[in-house]
Parts: sequence; C-alpha cells; structure tokens
Amino acid sequence: MKKVKIYVTLKESILDPQGSAVQGSLKKIGYEEVADLRIGKYLELTIGETTRDIDTIVKEMCEKVLTNTVIENYRYEVEEA
Amino acid sequence: MKFAVLVFPGSNCDIDMYHAIKDELGEEVEYVWHTETSLEGFDGALVPGGFSYGDYLRCGAMANQSNIMTALKEFAAQGKPVLGVCNGFQILTEAGLLPGALLRNKNLKFMCRTVQLKVENNNTLFTNEYEANEVINIPIAHGEGNYYCDEETLAKLKANNQIAFTYSNDNPNGSLADIAGIVNEQGNVLGMMPHPERAANEIVGGADGLKLFKSIVKQWGEQHVNK
Repeated sequence: MKKVKIYVTLKESILDPQGSAVQGSLKKIGYEEVADLRIGKYLELTIGETTRDIDTIVKEMCEKVLTNTVIENYRYEVEEA
Repeated sequence: MKFAVLVFPGSNCDIDMYHAIKDELGEEVEYVWHTETSLEGFDGALVPGGFSYGDYLRCGAMANQSNIMTALKEFAAQGKPVLGVCNGFQILTEAGLLPGALLRNKNLKFMCRTVQLKVENNNTLFTNEYEANEVINIPIAHGEGNYYCDEETLAKLKANNQIAFTYSNDNPNGSLADIAGIVNEQGNVLGMMPHPERAANEIVGGADGLKLFKSIVKQWGEQHVNK
C-alpha cells in the first residue's frame, strides 16, 4: 500500500483572489511581513496492490481529473502506507 | 428541431432550459440523464447551469467523467450544436470542447444580476438573429465565472472570431478580455456564463436570450428543411 500526497496550486501567473484576501486579513492583524499568500488544494489517497507504475498512475490521474493544467500546477509525494 | 437537456446530479437550470425550448421557442426537448450513453435522435444538446456533483474538485471536472460526455464529444465532433451555460460552460472547458478555464470571480463574490452583453460575433449558429455589436441584457448567477486562457489561446480566439459575447459596460467577474462567451474553432459549440434561458420572455424582465435559441433553430432549418 502506498500513500500519495498531492499538492495542487494555481499557476504563478494566475491571480488568486482568495489568497490575496487572506493575506489582507493577516496584514490587518499585524502580520505585515507576509509578502505573498497563495491557497491551494491538498489531496491524499491510498493506492492498493498494483503491478502498474505508481508515478504513471498518479500523473495520469492528475492530468485527467485531479488538476486542470490550464490553471493549476501539481506535485506529489509517495510514501509507504 | 429536437433538443437534449443534459442533467447531472446538481444541475438546477435544466428546467429553465427545458421551459425556454418547449414553451418559448416551441421546439421539441427531452431531458437526458448523465448515465445515458447516446444522443441519437437529437439535433442540439444543451448543458445547463447548476452545481454538478456539488462543484467539488472543480466546477465541471467530475461531470466531465459522466457516461453522457463521451456521446456529447461525438455529437460535437459531428458539427451539431452544443450550448453550455454557466456550469455547462465550465463542463465544456473541462471536457476540452472549449479552450480555457473558469476561475473564482475576481471579487470573490457570487454575482446574481442582469448584465449587458455585446454580441461580438453575430455570424455564428448561436448568434445569427442578433445584430453585429448589439447590446443585450442577460442575467448572470455565478461565483466562478472568471474566464481565463493563456495568451496564445486568446490570440487564437480573437483571430478566429471565437469570442461570441463580451461584457459590455461592466465585467462582473474579472474575465480575460471581458469574455462572456466563446465558440469552438468549428463554431458549433458555444459556452457562456450568462443565462439566455432565463431571458426568454418579457414577463421575466426580458427576452434577449430567446434570439440565441432562435438562431440555432434558424440555422438548423436552413440546413435541414429547405433542401
């Protein structure tokens, strides 16, 4: 069994109004030093016994469904579960 | 002309769409549940707004995995008219039938009001009943309608006259180049955030949306009836 942790973020070129709003909020309560804040998504999944290559499966899932490569980047980590 | 209204779990403008076609336009229409695998017998397909699959993951991403989407892609490839409105537009971009993606509204607010649209291209099968540059009133209702695509795609959209509608005097969501609706390269797939089906009768505040459906029927009639 493998545990896969996938991090999805908006591409740098894409405005993240949610992140900006939260950054504004932090500033308001005194955290002026926060220079930038981006909000992304975290997906965690467990993969059972398989003969297929884990990297291939994860990349396929990310490209087909889990991320929209027009607007998002992703990275992932695979751990023993 | 016979239209299909695709219905996903969470679609909520399907009834408005059905009503616009049946009662205002006077054409045939049937609901098609997302588990269906065929669109045989239909001349046009309508993907309504709503919150398909709860908008989880991304608006439209999960709907794109439904059985009916394979049939819709074939249907579009045959050159038949496909209209996606609001979440329907988002589904069409996720399906790759239209370029780009929809982001959160720039001001983070859900917007629900009537906006002015400019008909940028009245030479499509969806807009031939409008005048060039005509300004029309159509309601919007969305939280993620901020159209985005990369520069190369935008240049293509402009060069091929694929921008059908733009927001005329106020861009409610921050969309790139004020885009409110685009067609695919072949011109038979239209996606738009505003709701023409909610502007199909003066009694609801305006009928500017009805011309869009009339355009589809007119073109279909020219191709199928007068031969």
